[in-house]
Amino acid sequence: MKICVLVKEVPDAAVEKRIDPSTGRMDRSGEKNLNPYDTHAIEAAMQLKEGGALQIDEVVAVTMGPETAVRALHKAVSLGADRSLHLSDDALAGSDVAATGYALAKALEKEQPDIVLLGQQSDDGECYTIGAVVADHLRAPSLTQVIKLDVVDGGLRCERQAEYGYDTVQVGLPAVISVGDAINEPRYPSLKAIMGAKKKPLEKAAAGDVGIDTSLVGADGSRVQCGEFKAPPAKSAGTIIEDEDTDATVEQIVAWLDERKLI
Amino acid sequence: MGGILVYVLHYEGALNKNSLGAVSEAAKLAGELGTTADAIVVGGADLTPELLGTLGDYGASKVYKVEGPEGLAQPVIDAMDKVIGENGHSYVIFGGGLLGFEIGAGLAARRQAGVTMEVTGVVVEGGKLVAERPILGDSQISRSHYQGDLGIIIGRINAFEVKGGQGGAAEIVDTAVEFSPWSTQASMVQRGEQRGADVNIEDANVLVAGGRGLGKAEGFQLCEDLAGVLGGAVAATRAVVDAGWYPYAAQIGQTGKSVAPKLYLAAGISGAIQHKVGMQASENIVAINKDANAPIFEFSDLGIVGDLNKILPKLTEAVKAKKGG
Ligand SMILES: Cc1cc2nc3c(=O)[nH]c(=O)nc-3n(C[C@H](O)[C@H](O)[C@H](O)COP(=O)(O)OP(=O)(O)OC[C@H]3O[C@@H](n4cnc5c(N)ncnc54)[C@H](O)[C@@H]3O)c2cc1C
Ligand SMILES: Cc1cc2nc3c(=O)[nH]c(=O)nc-3n(C[C@H](O)[C@H](O)[C@H](O)COP(=O)(O)OP(=O)(O)OC[C@H]3O[C@@H](n4cnc5c(N)ncnc54)[C@H](O)[C@@H]3O)c2cc1C
Repeated sequence: MKICVLVKEVPDAAVEKRIDPSTGRMDRSGEKNLNPYDTHAIEAAMQLKEGGALQIDEVVAVTMGPETAVRALHKAVSLGADRSLHLSDDALAGSDVAATGYALAKALEKEQPDIVLLGQQSDDGECYTIGAVVADHLRAPSLTQVIKLDVVDGGLRCERQAEYGYDTVQVGLPAVISVGDAINEPRYPSLKAIMGAKKKPLEKAAAGDVGIDTSLVGADGSRVQCGEFKAPPAKSAGTIIEDEDTDATVEQIVAWLDERKLI
Repeated sequence: MGGILVYVLHYEGALNKNSLGAVSEAAKLAGELGTTADAIVVGGADLTPELLGTLGDYGASKVYKVEGPEGLAQPVIDAMDKVIGENGHSYVIFGGGLLGFEIGAGLAARRQAGVTMEVTGVVVEGGKLVAERPILGDSQISRSHYQGDLGIIIGRINAFEVKGGQGGAAEIVDTAVEFSPWSTQASMVQRGEQRGADVNIEDANVLVAGGRGLGKAEGFQLCEDLAGVLGGAVAATRAVVDAGWYPYAAQIGQTGKSVAPKLYLAAGISGAIQHKVGMQASENIVAINKDANAPIFEFSDLGIVGDLNKILPKLTEAVKAKKGG
């Protein structure tokens, strides 16, 4: 069996994220990293492979993104993926969620995975929804925000929190599952794995190689344009206390609460 | 211009409040666009004609009633796809939560539509809807314009006000849907499990909320002690509920409860959007966090940058002394 893990390169958490006013898109010039939420998806894939309840022959990391996104793939293979696929094409730039999910599904059709795993959200776009789009194109059952994944009856027994509490859902394969960040503690890559990452097979594909209809992707093929911005309503800043002397800090908090008749 | 279709979520015979907000919003927008707002429900026997008729009160004209499995997104995608295909709706609105994201995105794939999530406002411009979404930690608002036949709007919870008293009973249209083979590949084993004790936090005037910064389940004792002297209750984030440190019934946020106490004191909570949406209506927000850049300080009235392990015990003592004195 094969697991494909979808991974994305995002601005590093330490970099302040901003929109480039000239393009209306995310400013991606600073330091970048593998989307931290995706490390949970890779870990989930590794645990399924190592768990042995399913015979997993291969874990493949897949990304769609510019040249630099290859670093997200290197990170993914250093965390355990066996090889990777980089979908990259100028025609894909500026794709919205629906177009991104369509393009990724096309790349996945070529791989024919039994399980597709994703992170719960990307750290930049935070749309939470790529999994649901991919699943509809692949005609596969799908769940997001899954925090427990077990192999039961040859399928996946998934738990997640929804609107009314925790749900347990049985899903047949092939399936598309986005995992929540509570599902596991991702491992750290070994030095050896980091050194060896660039030696693992990496395939590049352009839109045409996987049969993407380019009229459905990119900024022009996207059905939603999100490039217009405005400032949120201004709000008054709160008081900030740096705790240096805790007794004094506590005295200030109590006075603040007392003033507002909260004690 | 086609109508606006709203998915209405329900559970054990009660309609979801955020869905009712979405129906109210859709009715208002439909009025401005000169069209109608309809609702769609998918479920079983608890969807009685009386219950569904009440959707008219929030402004729904028709209610498409589909018999099908509950709590799963994909059967609803099939149902909405069919209803939109037959009736030509131009927009779809969801109230938020979790299922709305999955249904909205799947429907966008199915019908080649644009989708915007986390929407806090919708306006009519040039006879079309424009959706407004706060982005990058609510530091900016992105405005979505739609192209094509269908635009999908997934609201943030509590973004759309529930407005009743808008009309008589809605017309109920029974609709048969043949579900896609892959929609039936997922089945609910157990729904709505309440993990942990059944605590009541909704009536409290004071909430002391704890997050991952408490370090371990036992860390909640610090919150309970402070809540005790303040005469309040203890609340939690999803991170600590998922970790099994505190009961789900105490969770605040997108897939938990929404509260508005007089005082919300957050300890070791980063202030993620999904938490913020459930507590930002609180009258006074106090945050204790050791990271000066934590997002929670952006919407706190009083922020303390420091270690909760040092501050909480002393604060409890000081409040106790103040009350005693
Ligand atoms: C601030 C901001 C707001 C936006 N708002 C919208 C909007 O309202 N509507 C809209 O249609 N688009 C929007 N976009 C565009 C959207 O972010 C992109 O289309 C993006 O490619 C996909 O969304 P995401 O990264 O947010 O995905 P999410 O759904 O948050 O990502 C979930 C998972 O999908 C996988 N994944 C995501 N992207 C890739 C990729 N390129 N390659 C491989 N795996 C991937 C990862 O596993 C990830 O963990 C927005 C972008 C930004 C920067
Ligand atoms: C679909 C969806 C639904 C969600 N629904 C909800 C929901 O309903 N409710 C909810 O809360 N979340 C929800 N989330 C999760 C949310 O995005 C965050 O992951 C979660 O709120 C984080 O919880 P936290 O603040 O406890 O943990 P973290 O984000 O890990 O924050 C811990 C904080 O503690 C601070 N800290 C650490 N040690 C100390 C110390 N000694 N003293 C002081 N401060 C310290 C850290 O600086 C940090 O800011 C949802 C997410 C998704 C995608």
